[in-house]
Amino acid sequence: MAVDKELKIELGKQGVFVTTIEELYNWGRRSSIWPMQFGLACCAIEMIATTMARYDLARFGAEVFRPSPRQADLMIISGTVTKKMAPQVVRLYNQMAEPRYVIAMGACAISGGPFKQGYNVLKGIDRYIPVDVHIPGCPPRPEALLQAFMTLQKKIDGQSLTGENRPRHLNADAPGEFPVPVQGEHDLEPPANHLVWPLPVKQGTGNCVQGSEKQ
Amino acid sequence: MKVAETSPGFAFEKAPEAEGWNRPPVIEPDGEGELLEVSMGPHHPSTHGVFRMDVALDGERVIRLKPVFGYLHRNHEQIAETTSYLSMMPYTDRLDYFCSLSNNWAYALAVEKLVGQAVPERAEYIRVILAELTRVQNHASAIGFLIQEMGASGTPLMYAFKEREKILDLFESLTGSRMMCNYMRFGGCRVDTSAAWLEATRKVVAGLPHFIDEYEALLSENEILMARCQGVGVLKPELAVNAGITGPMLRASGVNYDIRRVDHYGIYDRFKFRVPLGEHGDIYDRYMVRVLEMRESIKILEQALKEIPSGPVMDAKAKIRGFRPKPGEAYGRIEAPKGELGFYLISDGGNGPYRFRVRPPSLINLTVLEDMCLGHNVADVVLIFGSVDIVLGEVDR
Repeated sequence: MAVDKELKIELGKQGVFVTTIEELYNWGRRSSIWPMQFGLACCAIEMIATTMARYDLARFGAEVFRPSPRQADLMIISGTVTKKMAPQVVRLYNQMAEPRYVIAMGACAISGGPFKQGYNVLKGIDRYIPVDVHIPGCPPRPEALLQAFMTLQKKIDGQSLTGENRPRHLNADAPGEFPVPVQGEHDLEPPANHLVWPLPVKQGTGNCVQGSEKQ
Repeated sequence: MKVAETSPGFAFEKAPEAEGWNRPPVIEPDGEGELLEVSMGPHHPSTHGVFRMDVALDGERVIRLKPVFGYLHRNHEQIAETTSYLSMMPYTDRLDYFCSLSNNWAYALAVEKLVGQAVPERAEYIRVILAELTRVQNHASAIGFLIQEMGASGTPLMYAFKEREKILDLFESLTGSRMMCNYMRFGGCRVDTSAAWLEATRKVVAGLPHFIDEYEALLSENEILMARCQGVGVLKPELAVNAGITGPMLRASGVNYDIRRVDHYGIYDRFKFRVPLGEHGDIYDRYMVRVLEMRESIKILEQALKEIPSGPVMDAKAKIRGFRPKPGEAYGRIEAPKGELGFYLISDGGNGPYRFRVRPPSLINLTVLEDMCLGHNVADVVLIFGSVDIVLGEVDR
């Protein structure tokens, strides 16, 4: 039930600003995403470089890195998640308040990257928590992180507050806590959270993402 | 600050007596109140990544400190045993991800020793130039992070990263990557530098002294920095030597030991440079040694950029892939920005290492963390930890 675009521009010329609650709400949310100050490995250095003067993340309203998960909206998984670290990452995610978003930065966070063949590296953090934006690269350039921010902003802008497609934080039935894996005898248990992994296959979109339960 | 003019090398005839090393380091609590156990990390913002310290506090005083490692254990050594010599080169980039080019060099040196490979002149010069540029950007960032942990949120780090970006641009135009350069090969370097690249490097190097002057004017005589750093986290030279500490931390304690001087690896004996030494071994000395080392690096860079000869960058006989060294072992070590970085390789005649062991400066420099922190306030722990200058990729490997 958006306002007619041309009418809006016409009214804007006459000094009348028309908007919807939804637009205003999403505009506010997307313009002040506060990431969590949380670096894991090599990609964290590129994340720091992005916040510095040359790339200047402050242009996107996202320069306020909060050390506490309670004050953060966005978790940037910047680096390799090992099996020792994965439970802490999920626990930190659980401690964040809704609405919350996740960017998986770099090959390691997406899939294990160059260390995938090893015994101690998690093969993608999206096995345990829902990831909104994936950035490939080892490490991704700061420009790629900025691109991820813009992608996330677009995603937030497109969220509707009512109806079937409303985001998780407005859905009372959606899970708030995600189970924290524990170190079992040989591997993390459970090996994946079946609410988020394998990724649900969307019918007819052509960009289905297949996942297997086995590692 | 005193400066060693000549090169005495490694001058210890016998190791000085360990004063209290091997004892359980215990400070008696004063008996009033309870001990408070704090788990700092693994996501604590001051821990440079994922490191955990279990600290026991008596009020504000640190009574015990137990480091917990392994949150970034990426099984480098296991991967090396299943792969070939060449394909291990990119993994060395990811050990100490601030100084990928130094890591490349140390690994290339170890393999060159294993197969008896010579390196052409021009490649040696390029290696020195890249290693010293790496040292400058590492020390600048390390100081920036240290000051940030003191509470100067951002500003010194922004100065450091401003300069770091210029150096990373050079790396990128030469090697194709900002951080993970993967540039050196066994018997030389991957590609030759262009005249334009050397010119651009000269320009950046000419700007570095101004940057360090500016940085020092901002920090060196800052009252807060002096109050928080002087006399805090003192590391005695005896303990430093016995615990195997290397790099700026060892030199800040006054021990004259620089592998560039001791080993003469590469072509370092051709350059004139001095080794800065500290007197007290506290955080301030570590800061100052890093600043002075940057100045010495600039001197080396200027000399290398002036003298660099023309010629090939790869030895004509060098084999990059598909070689099988004779069974044997080799240890290649360099003075990385953080200390002695060594790669120990055992060959069983196969096309990959039978055993691949990294001697990381970060991990070994971290072993004296408890000794430096005992008796200090918990706020100083963050600073002392920052002054060690570690990278977790190298600590946990």
